[in-house]
Parts: sequence; C-alpha cells; structure tokens
Amino acid sequence: MPDLKFAKFAVFTNAAVPFLLILWDAFHHRLGTNPQEFVLRTTGTLTLVFLLLTLAVTPLRKLLGLPWMVQFRRMLGLYAFFYGCLHLLSYTWFDKWFNLRAIAEDTLKRPFIFLGMLAFVLMVPLAVTSTNKMVKRLGGQRWNRLHKLAYLAPIAGVLHYYLLVKADTRLPLGFGVVLVVLLAYRALNKFFPAFTQRKPKRATA
Amino acid sequence: MLIKDSDDIKSNEITDEKNYWNRRNFIRAGILAGTTTATGLLYRKLNPPNLTVKKLSPEELQAKEGYFTPEGEAANDFADITNYNNFYEFTTSKDGVARRAKNFVTRPWTVEVGGLVHKPRTFDLDDILKLAPLEDRVYRFRCVEAWSMVIPWMGFPLAELLKQVEPMGDAQYVKFFTLYDPDRMPNQKTDVLDWPYIEGLRLDEAQHPLTLLAAGLYGKMLLPQNGAPLRLVVPWKYGFKSIKSIVKILLVRDQPTSTWTAAAPNEYGFYSNVNPKVSHPRWTQATERRIGEFGLRDTVMFNGYGDQVASMYAGMDLKANF
Repeated sequence: MPDLKFAKFAVFTNAAVPFLLILWDAFHHRLGTNPQEFVLRTTGTLTLVFLLLTLAVTPLRKLLGLPWMVQFRRMLGLYAFFYGCLHLLSYTWFDKWFNLRAIAEDTLKRPFIFLGMLAFVLMVPLAVTSTNKMVKRLGGQRWNRLHKLAYLAPIAGVLHYYLLVKADTRLPLGFGVVLVVLLAYRALNKFFPAFTQRKPKRATA
Repeated sequence: MLIKDSDDIKSNEITDEKNYWNRRNFIRAGILAGTTTATGLLYRKLNPPNLTVKKLSPEELQAKEGYFTPEGEAANDFADITNYNNFYEFTTSKDGVARRAKNFVTRPWTVEVGGLVHKPRTFDLDDILKLAPLEDRVYRFRCVEAWSMVIPWMGFPLAELLKQVEPMGDAQYVKFFTLYDPDRMPNQKTDVLDWPYIEGLRLDEAQHPLTLLAAGLYGKMLLPQNGAPLRLVVPWKYGFKSIKSIVKILLVRDQPTSTWTAAAPNEYGFYSNVNPKVSHPRWTQATERRIGEFGLRDTVMFNGYGDQVASMYAGMDLKANF
C-alpha cells in the first residue's frame, strides 16, 4: 500500500502542469502566432486526454491488481471537467464573444459543435455528484448507473474532434482507438469476467 | 501511513523521527519534481511553443514601416507570417511547417508552362524572375479557417507569364501543380491529401492584375514555409487557392478539380471567393481573427477587393458557385 495521500497530491500536481504551462506561456506571449486557437485546441485535447485517463483507471487497477488506483479516478474525472470548462470558455470567449445567440445557432446547425456541447453537458452531472456526500445521497447503485455517462462523454468528445479536423484525421482516430479499447474492456468484463478479473495481490499473499 | 506523535516517545528518539521525516519529505519532493518535470517536458514535446523563424532585425523592421495596404492596414509581423502556415506537404500542424520545411532546397527549379498555348516552355526560375520587375504588393490574406493576415508580397502579375506562352482561344482555365517529391516534402508520404496539390483559376481570374506570382515577402525571397520559390497569390479568394511551390502550369479547356475540392466537395468549391454570407459547413465565414488582434473582425465580401473583381462574377449565383 503506497502513501495514498501523497500519491493523490502528486497526481493532482501533475494534472495541473499543462494548465500552469499555458498560463506561463500566455504571460510570456509564447503561445504562438494564433494564441486563441492554441488555447482552444490544447484545452480540448487535454479534456479528451483526461477523459480517457479516467476510463483507464479501472482496467489498469484490475489488470495490475492495484485496487488503490481507484482513488485517482474522481480526481482525473474532475480534471477532465476542468479542462472541458476551459475549452468551452475559450470557444465562448475567443470565437463567439459571449454571443449566446450565435452559440445556440452554432450548436443546432453544426454537428461537431453539438457533440462537443453534448459531451460537456454529460460531464456536468458527473462533476456535481462526484462528492462522497452525493454518493451517499444517491445510493451506490443509482450513483453507479448515473456515472455510466462517463462512457458517453468521451464518445461524443472523440466524434466532436473527428468531425472538426480538415483532412488529417490521425490524431482523432488515435483517441478513438484508445477509447474503443477501453470500452471493449468493459464489454469483455461484463460478458467474460474470467478474462479480465485478477485478484488483488494482497488477497493472494 | 502517517505516524502520529505520541507521548511515550522518548526525547532522544525525536531527532530520529525528524530525520525519518526529512528523508521521507526529500524523497517526496524528488518524486514531485521528477514527475512534474516529465509531465512538463511531455507537454512541451507535444506543443512546441517557440518560434522557428525569429523576428526581423532592426534594419528590416525599419523597412517594414512602409508596408501598409492602401486602406492603411499594417502588415503582420514577419515572425507571424513565417511561423504559422498551412502547407500540408510538410506537416498538418501550422506551427510546425517552418521547422519541417527549413532544409527544403529550391534551386535548381523549373516551371513548365504548357497545355493550350502557342509557345509552351519550361522556364528556369531565374528566367521567370526576369520576366517583369518584382514589385511590393501588400495584400490581405484570408484563410478558409477564419484567420487572416496582411502580407507584403513581392512578385509580378501572373498575366506577364501567361503572355509569354500565348494562350490559345479555347483555353478557359489555368491549372497549377505543386512539386511532388516525397523525399523533399516528407508529408507527401502520407495520404492526408491527394498529391500533388492542384489548384485552378478561370483564365480571366488568372489574368486579373491583382493575381500575383510571388517570389518573396518583406522584400526578401520566400522562405520554404511560405511556398518558395514561386507561389500564386489571389487575394480575394481563400488562402488555399494561392498554391505554393509551383512546378507546372497548364492552360486547359475544362474546369480543373482542386485538391481541396476533391477532398471535400461540399466544403471547398472551385471559386472559393471570400464570402461572409456563405459559411463553411463547420464554421461561420462571417467573421475572422486577424492574427495579432484579440477580437474578431467582420469578413468583407471578396476580402475587400470587390471593386476590382466583382464584375468578373456578375450574374453568377455565388452561393451555388461557392
């Protein structure tokens, strides 16, 4: 059993590094030629990265037999929401100048914007019900059912990215492949649990 | 887990505990420093923020004072123009083209001009540059991705070159080809687009006095990322029409299919005139971000060159012919 309190702090700090570097670069005017586009694109990518990291926790802890890894899941999910908020703010500010009407039109007219908004909206109830208190209030089973949305948000997010790029689809496809692997693990786990379950190390000791 | 202080620890043992905690904190600080550095380096590797081409020297900056559009818009910084490029032959990342194209060799270079012409000819680059005096032209440049710059090109009207080869009467269109050489343009080894890059203009568009064959910008020869050694500049059309690193120009009867039109016919039309009223399926073209500005500008029909070019499209439905 590692020092969990410290491990969580280390994960928290590392996840904040990209955000701090964006701030640092913005302060030093080092975000490149089109800083607004850079921030929009980078926060979007970070949202997807953290959504996939969140989904990777359960397979990793089971495959490696490290049950305490579940302790990182909520924090990684909240970071996905945090970077998602920054991404939405960048779009609302830099691309739309808080013109809510233009945003609504964009959302209804353009599938990739709609999917991005959907991914964000799906993350909101997950973030709101992420506290221990809310788990208790909802009851484990209902909470679990609600948090199945964590599978839908990255699906919408990856599609959002795929539909956005002009010609070079390699990066969104890369995210798509990782997502499919992570979701396939769930399917395998459900229908063929013997393949995926390994007993925690301590239990065999 | 945490070790709690308790009363039964003897005073001489406290030092030991301090040492224990010191060592533990030292290891923790090491882990934190190590992992955050690794994360930071990974971020830096994926998002290189530094400019490949540096700013202009003081003398060059002085020359810059003269670079304004007739409407009084100042030219963008040299560093902006040379570090933010769409040139898929090198990479699809706009910030990365300058780095990937740095060693692109553009001499020797020839341009074949043929098709429906009376005097087909393969020009050596130096001969082309002698066809007409190179002049400075400060144009607005509007990318289809809704960003724009002001660029002080150096070149001469394409019409001068076309005159040399004497187009035949049935030549209706001009078809342009970028170099195809995957060893020198490494991203041509991927299939993100159909290579070579092809663009086309109607003959009257190609002969329009605004249409430029550019060999330089800011009074210097073009850098590879800007389409060295010779490129087209059509300021009232979206940037992708202004084909780079041209090796072949054909006069043809039928409308050529542009590379981007072939890639996505519903998104990129043959004409691709700047038009705030016809949005790209995935984003609006009504506004644009001028590089160097924080807010958005309203996009102007024909990128502000309507008084000179609109007559070429009189009676045409520009929504259908986007």
